[in-house]
Amino acid sequence: MIESSDIVVELTGVSKVFGLSGGRAAGGTVEALTGIDLSVRRGEFISLIGPSGCGKSTLLRLVGDLTSSTGGTVMVNGKTAERARLDRDYGMVFQAPVLFDWRTVQKNVELPLEITGRSKAEREAKAREMLALVELSEFTDHQPWQLSGGMQQRVAIARALALDPAILLMDEPFGALDEMTRERMNLELLRIWDRTGTTVIFVTHSIPEAVFLSTRVVVMSARPGRITRVVPIDLPRERSVETREMERYFELVTAVREGLRDGEGGAGVAPSARVRAEGLSA
Amino acid sequence: MTVAHAEPVDAARGWSLGAQVREWVPALAFFVGAILAWELLVRILGIKQFILPSPVAIANAVVTYFPELWQSATYTLVEILLGLAIGVVAGLLAGMVTAHFGAFRESVLPFAIAANSVPIIAFAPIFNNWFGIDKQLSKAMVAAVICFFPVMINTVRGLTSASPAALELMRSFAATDAQILRKVRFPAALPYIFTALRVATTLATIGAIIGEYFGAPKVSLGQYIVTYSSYLNFERSWAAIVFACAIGITLYIAVVVVERIVAPWTTDRTTRAG
Repeated sequence: MIESSDIVVELTGVSKVFGLSGGRAAGGTVEALTGIDLSVRRGEFISLIGPSGCGKSTLLRLVGDLTSSTGGTVMVNGKTAERARLDRDYGMVFQAPVLFDWRTVQKNVELPLEITGRSKAEREAKAREMLALVELSEFTDHQPWQLSGGMQQRVAIARALALDPAILLMDEPFGALDEMTRERMNLELLRIWDRTGTTVIFVTHSIPEAVFLSTRVVVMSARPGRITRVVPIDLPRERSVETREMERYFELVTAVREGLRDGEGGAGVAPSARVRAEGLSA
Repeated sequence: MTVAHAEPVDAARGWSLGAQVREWVPALAFFVGAILAWELLVRILGIKQFILPSPVAIANAVVTYFPELWQSATYTLVEILLGLAIGVVAGLLAGMVTAHFGAFRESVLPFAIAANSVPIIAFAPIFNNWFGIDKQLSKAMVAAVICFFPVMINTVRGLTSASPAALELMRSFAATDAQILRKVRFPAALPYIFTALRVATTLATIGAIIGEYFGAPKVSLGQYIVTYSSYLNFERSWAAIVFACAIGITLYIAVVVVERIVAPWTTDRTTRAG
C-alpha cells in the first residue's frame, strides 16, 4: 500500500481542449488530452512517450503550471499546480538549453537564486555546487556559447536543480543532441537523479531512452491524447552501458513499442498507415 | 563518469592590439587609395574645381577656414546631440509603453512602421516655422523625429524578442514581471536598441544639416554648404561636408564603443559565429 504522502503528482481525469481561434475545423477545438489519470511517487523517474501530437508536452506543461487544464485536477505535493509553481517546487529543462548570453555559465545557474533573493555568497556557493554536480566546474567563467550542446544542456540541468526542486520536468532535453552525446547524457542524468533523489518527469520520443532511464514509461497516443499503457521498468536500479545489452531491456523496449503501435491502431489509423508504422518498427 | 571535452572550447577573448590593427589595414588602404585616385583623376582629366575639387584643394580649405568651420560644426553638433537626446529618450519610452500593452502594440506598431518610411525631412520648413528658423531647436526637432521611429520600433521588437522558452523558464521560477523585464526582456532588447542608436546617429546628422538648408544662421554647417555652393566656392562647401562626415562617424563610433561596454555579448557572439 502506497502512503498518500509518497504521491508527488496526482492527475485525476485531466483533459485539455485547445480552442482554435478562427479554426479550420467546424468544431473549432482540438482535444489535446482526455481522461488522464496518473500518480507519480516520490523519487520516481517517469517518461512520457508517444507520437507527435499525443499531448505529452502539454501534459508536462500542465503539471508545471505553464498551461492550465480544462478538466480534472492536477495536484502536486497536495497543492494545486499553480501553488506548487509559486512555491518553486519545479525545475524545468527544455529541448533548447535557454541559456542567457549576457551571463556567464556561473551566473546562468545563479539566476533562479537571484529571483528568490538569496545572498550573493549563498548564490555563488550553490551555483558552484550545482556545476560540480554536472561536472562543469572548470567552465564557470565561460560564456554559454563557448560550450558544446551537451555541456549547455548540463548547465540548464544545474540551473533547474539550483532551487532543490521537488520535481524535475524535462521536455525532450536531449532531443537536439547527437546519439553518442545523448547516451552519455542519459548516464549523467541517472547519476544526478541518484544523487539528488528528485522526482523526474521526462518527455521523449526515443523508446530506448525512455526504457533506459525510467522507473515507469507512460505510453500515450494521439487524437485525442490519452494514456494507452504504463510499462513498469523492472530493470535493476543501477544502470550502465551494459543495461542496454540485457535481454530484459530488449523485452521492455518491445513492450513500449507494442504499446505505441496499439495506440496507433486504436486511434483509427488507415490500414495502409498501420502497415507502414509496423514496417518501421519491425 | 567520463566526459570527453572533445569540442574545442577556446577562451581566447579580447583581441590583441596587433590583430586589431591588422583588421583595419584593408579598410585604411582602401580609403587612402580612393583619395589618391580622386586626386589623380582630377589632375589628369583636368576636372574644373566647381565640378569636383581635388582632395588637396579641400584640405587647403579646411585648414584656411578652420575657425569658422569649427564654429559652424559646433553649432550643428549641438542640434544633432539635442535631437538625438529627444528622439532617443522619446523612442525608448514609447517603445517600452508599446511593448508593455499588447493591444496597443497591435494598433500602434504598424503606424510607427509606416511613419518610419515617411520622408520626415520634408517637414523641415514646417518645423522651422513652428520652432523658429533661427533656433537650434527647430533642427533638433527634425533630427529627433527622424530618430524617434527606428528607436521606438527596435525597442518594441527587442523587448518582445525573448523566446517563449525563456519566458516559460522565468515563469517556472515564479519570477515577477519586474524580474522578467530586468533579467530577460531588457538584456535581450539591448542589441536591437544599439542597432537603432547606430542608425539614429546617422539620421540625426542628416536631419540637422538638411534642416539647416531650409534656413539657419550663417554659422551652421548646412548654411555654410549652401552659401558657398551658391558662390561656386565648392571647396569650402566640401570642407564643411568633411566636418559633417567627421561628426557622423564620431557619433557612430561612440555608440559602437558604448555597446561594447554595455552589451559585449552581442559582438563577441557574432565575432565567434562569423
